[in-house]
Amino acid sequence: MNFTRRKVLGAAGAVALGATLPGRRALAQQGPVKIGMSMPQTGSLGAGGQAALVALRMWVDDVNQRGGLLNRKVEFIAYDDQTNPANTPGIYTKLLDVDKVDLLIAPYGTVPTAPIMPLVKQRGLMLMGNFSFQVNAKVQHDMWFNNSPWNDASSWSDGFFAAGKKAGAKTVAVLAADNDFAQNLANGARTLAKAANITSVYDQNYPPTTTDFSSLIRGIRAAKPEIVFVMSYPNDSVAIVRAVNEIGVGPQVQLFGGGMVGLQFTPIMSSLGSLLNGITNYNSYVPGMKYPGIEDFLQRYSKKAAEAKVDPLGFYLPPFNYAIGQILEQAVNATKTLDQRKLAGWLHGNEAKTIVGPIRWGKDGEWAKARVVQAQFRGIVDKDVEQFRRPGKQVVIYPDDYKTGSAITPFDKARSAK
Amino acid sequence: MIFSFDLLAEALIFGLLLGCFYAAVSIGLSVSFGLLDVPHVAHPAVMILGSYCTFIVAGWGLDPIVAGVVLMPAFFVLGVLIYRFYYESFEKRGTEAGVRGLAFFFGIAFIIEVGLILVFGVDQRSVQAAYIGSSWALGDYRIPYRMLVAFGVALVLTLALTIYLSQTFTGRAIKAVAQDEPALRLMGANPVRIKQWAFGIATAVSALAGAMVIIVGPVEPAMDRVYIGRTFCVVVLAGLGSMTGTLASGLILGISESIVLMFFGASWAPAVAFGLLLVVLGIRPQGLFGR
Repeated sequence: MNFTRRKVLGAAGAVALGATLPGRRALAQQGPVKIGMSMPQTGSLGAGGQAALVALRMWVDDVNQRGGLLNRKVEFIAYDDQTNPANTPGIYTKLLDVDKVDLLIAPYGTVPTAPIMPLVKQRGLMLMGNFSFQVNAKVQHDMWFNNSPWNDASSWSDGFFAAGKKAGAKTVAVLAADNDFAQNLANGARTLAKAANITSVYDQNYPPTTTDFSSLIRGIRAAKPEIVFVMSYPNDSVAIVRAVNEIGVGPQVQLFGGGMVGLQFTPIMSSLGSLLNGITNYNSYVPGMKYPGIEDFLQRYSKKAAEAKVDPLGFYLPPFNYAIGQILEQAVNATKTLDQRKLAGWLHGNEAKTIVGPIRWGKDGEWAKARVVQAQFRGIVDKDVEQFRRPGKQVVIYPDDYKTGSAITPFDKARSAK
Repeated sequence: MIFSFDLLAEALIFGLLLGCFYAAVSIGLSVSFGLLDVPHVAHPAVMILGSYCTFIVAGWGLDPIVAGVVLMPAFFVLGVLIYRFYYESFEKRGTEAGVRGLAFFFGIAFIIEVGLILVFGVDQRSVQAAYIGSSWALGDYRIPYRMLVAFGVALVLTLALTIYLSQTFTGRAIKAVAQDEPALRLMGANPVRIKQWAFGIATAVSALAGAMVIIVGPVEPAMDRVYIGRTFCVVVLAGLGSMTGTLASGLILGISESIVLMFFGASWAPAVAFGLLLVVLGIRPQGLFGR
């Protein structure tokens, strides 16, 4: 045989190429682990949704630096649902059938999440909840795990009514947005009020297109309630706070607030400034609460948020969205699989360690032990974002584990308290 | 339901103020859709653009209303350009232009909304002024100053547009275009130029309306969706093209909504606008003040 240099090199090249082929095929099969979700990036929940996305992307970067999940890179896919519940079923169908995602995270909020619950239940998929409220109460999906620190309605409103009762309140006004979240919460508040012998003197639902709340606040003032429980979405919350400042709710009111979404977002807090004083409202985290890793996260988040032009403080949603990533990472690492049934089984039986503290879930996929705080705004001044980083501007009045003070009542007195 | 004459009086006052605000945000549409027959569904989006521009200009230290007035010439030019494009691409080409024009204006609304998100993000924006966040105490009544300002501006706008359309040469020409375009053309006038001018005025008015929107409450890019139904309802209820009718139908809408909010339940408020519209169109298809 005549072995020329060219033939030898050619044969060697062919062998080398052949040797690499199976490995390449294996790499192709081991593509990225895809995690998909829809997120309100526009519309009334858009501000919160964009901040939450920054946190989720931070976790994706972090986990990829640690080598990914199951030694595979994590790829994150998020679509804008415009805070429109009509969009979410289509987006999740696309995520599953076109993008072929491995793991699903729910959109932020109750309203966009509710329509996808039947879909994930029918397909037997695990869904990580994202600050929704009681969306699984009727669906009873056993592979649902919420990241929010509340479980049932009482866990959200208990602290508010307890403080009202302590202030001697015997009457309540309930003002709620006409949507799933607010209505679930309002029903819980009505039950709590009844159990505490607090009589309802005003009970109104308002549509999402309400532009001016003067008439509604005037109606509340006429009813002379001693506590006013409000469940509103961000734009409405701002309009309601302004209308309260203009119209007033009456000197007999002891506590005002409860379930107002938006008063946790920095842009809204800084635009309302001193108008927030005296309002007692729910929250997920306020400065002063200690969890391992949260301060480091918030520092890193601040830089990313400035680049992304979103909520610069990010106390409310971002830590809990980063926690979703941590929860998934722990479940996948522990089970060494992406099998949704096995992952759900692990989450039902184990505690996840996160930057918002340890989380254990009940049978319904909500937190076994709720951790909603009710905090009263005090001594807020206008045009100062940095003040919200300091403990004491939101005094935790509930739960006792995190309490930093008692509620100042009546509401008028709390508004001028330092 | 709590009822007292005090509450009724207050509901009427709030309704009057709210109604004037509705008239102010609809009056630009009354010119563009009512008089010119242009399917201007981007009107609320242009208005929200006006709100954001007011936010920028007010940031330089100007009062928001003054900022709105300062923006009017720029919005006039924007309106002229939009109409020229619409005319050349759609209106000129025949009878199906209306449907295609509708898609064009939806596109404009979408571009404005996305553009605002890209530039400002999705956070709410608001302005500061002495009359925002405080109220006028009149005995037991509290009347928000911001609504009083909207009331005043709406009155001035309606009065100015009514005088302009009835007393000036160009104003009468605009009305003539609305009534009989071919006749105007036969008389040697250029209806396209007149419509272009009128559309510019409608858009300029939207800038001032946008200033009022951001005075009444914070804005976010998708807020145009809140106003699209109401503004069209006010204009159609009034009878297309009637300025005083627009003010009157805004007032009817505002007062009915306020009474429903105060006494019957806020959930019924959106039904008031469209319920009224259905009833009026059933009895008077040309609207309350249409001919």
